[in-house]
Amino acid sequence: MSERRSMKAKLGGNVFKPDRERHINIKPGFEKDARLKAALFVCPAGLYSLNEEDEVVLDIDGCLECGTCRIACGTEVLDWNYPNGEAGVQFRFG
Amino acid sequence: MDKFDVIIVGAGLAGLSAAYVLAKEGIEVVIIERGDYPGAKNVTGGRLYVNPVRQYLPDIWDDAPLERHVTNEMVTMMSPDNSVSMRFRSDKFDQKPYHSYTVLRATFDRWLAAQAEKAGAMLVTKNRVDDVIKEQGKVIGVVTAGEELGADVVVACDGVLSFVAEKAGMIVPGQPRNFAVGLKEVIELPRTTLEDRFGLTGDEGVAQMFMGSLTQGRFGGGFLYTNKASVSLGMVVGIRDLIERKPGVEVHLLLDEFKERPEIVPLIKGGEPVEYSAHVIPEGGLAGLTPLFGDGILVAGDAAGFSLNMGITVRGMEFAIASGVMAARAIIEARAKNDFSASTLSCYQQFLENSFVMKDFRTFQHTPHVLDNSRFYGYYPQFAGKLLEDLYTVDSGPKAKISDTIRKNLSLGESLRMGKDLLGGLKI
Ligand SMILES: Cc1cc2nc3c(=O)[nH]c(=O)nc-3n(C[C@H](O)[C@H](O)[C@H](O)COP(=O)(O)OP(=O)(O)OC[C@H]3O[C@@H](n4cnc5c(N)ncnc54)[C@H](O)[C@@H]3O)c2cc1C
Repeated sequence: MSERRSMKAKLGGNVFKPDRERHINIKPGFEKDARLKAALFVCPAGLYSLNEEDEVVLDIDGCLECGTCRIACGTEVLDWNYPNGEAGVQFRFG
Repeated sequence: MDKFDVIIVGAGLAGLSAAYVLAKEGIEVVIIERGDYPGAKNVTGGRLYVNPVRQYLPDIWDDAPLERHVTNEMVTMMSPDNSVSMRFRSDKFDQKPYHSYTVLRATFDRWLAAQAEKAGAMLVTKNRVDDVIKEQGKVIGVVTAGEELGADVVVACDGVLSFVAEKAGMIVPGQPRNFAVGLKEVIELPRTTLEDRFGLTGDEGVAQMFMGSLTQGRFGGGFLYTNKASVSLGMVVGIRDLIERKPGVEVHLLLDEFKERPEIVPLIKGGEPVEYSAHVIPEGGLAGLTPLFGDGILVAGDAAGFSLNMGITVRGMEFAIASGVMAARAIIEARAKNDFSASTLSCYQQFLENSFVMKDFRTFQHTPHVLDNSRFYGYYPQFAGKLLEDLYTVDSGPKAKISDTIRKNLSLGESLRMGKDLLGGLKI
């Protein structure tokens, strides 16, 4: 069996264009909110993780703009928008 | 403020189909798309059934850049250590006009956009629509890149999260139970390797669905579609189950584990993974549909919730195309009356009701509920696998009678529960 590819390698095959701002932000004060914990499981790119203070943190690089975290966690804990036009993932196959 | 007859937000299948029909009528239509090109943000499995939509976009299908026509339908039930597959091949599916094709959206959407532009539609890419402009409760335009653009009608074709419908006050952000997430990898293989591996002649294709242990008891399943020189391999998992089922698992690990199954490894061996994508899918069925029209606004495609989970396949593309076309027809009718109020635009709902779109949604209205049964993703695949394993096993001792083997695998309680699920299943 071939080696499992890391998420970095998987995402590395995609075309991403940088944005001038982060399009998803955890709302201040909600970093430890129970609703945010769902993001640890549902993000297809595995971009959410826990830091040493047990807060959920989001690394926006590699976001596939799928919308799953918005549905799973809700807009009370996430400030969620699509990237600006001309930014973000550009699928070549889709 | 610049004004157009119609503004369409989103150059997916719904938006492009609407634009094509409007432009053909000589109506001034602009499509605003946030991606670099149509399809740049769009993900599907995917297979498109052409028959339901042929009449809605006549004349275009002969040149459409579709991948392979599906002649082989496969279903595989997976258990942790075995699997049961069925393969159905039909000569009928190999006759023109072919009834279904595999597709890649970046290619297909760009082509459909070119057809709409040729018909006279204006396409603006790389622009995100940020807001909806309302006047006395009526939608009169949108805001993009800080600029206000006006229109008689705005059509929200901006996909499953539909910020346009949200900003217009027609919907609120969705609940996990009405949505699934789809993950997919595109893996390139040389054409001949792919055809030999899957037993295909020429442009024939395979659509293979997987259910069972791959989602670890969660609502969902896997899919594999053969394209011309690649396979689309992925899975769909219910978001609520991902949140609630314990022990929790990161969804992308489910896909990794699925890919490492001996059923999959030889199919993609030596292939070049070229893209990893994901997208939310509306799966609320009839009950999950959003309001479809308002004063100066229509909602089509995924934005309206027009995606249906029919057991182990998702159907959304035909609904997107057909609802886009019917939105265009409603606008044509409203223009004839020069009245773009909700009551005039409500003919959109009527068009949908009389078409396969709402008929299918009504026919399959119980599907989400019936499928929300973890036994379909755990017990049944395992039951089938274990039964076949026992039937095919020849041990050192005497072999049991077939009826005894079946009885051993199926207790009375289980047969009763199975009967109940079967009755539920009759509803779908
Ligand atoms: C993994 C997966 C597998 C699937 N498999 C199948 C299948 O096999 N068969 C099938 O029929 N269906 C399938 N579906 C469903 C199908 O892909 C969708 O129903 C279909 O793509 C919906 O088309 P649409 O035009 O409504 O929306 P989309 O294709 O999502 O298009 C929406 C467009 O709007 C744009 N947009 C969004 N917001 C803005 C904004 N603010 N400003 C400007 N532009 C914006 C987006 O960039 C996008 O181009 C699958 C879906 C997934 C995710």
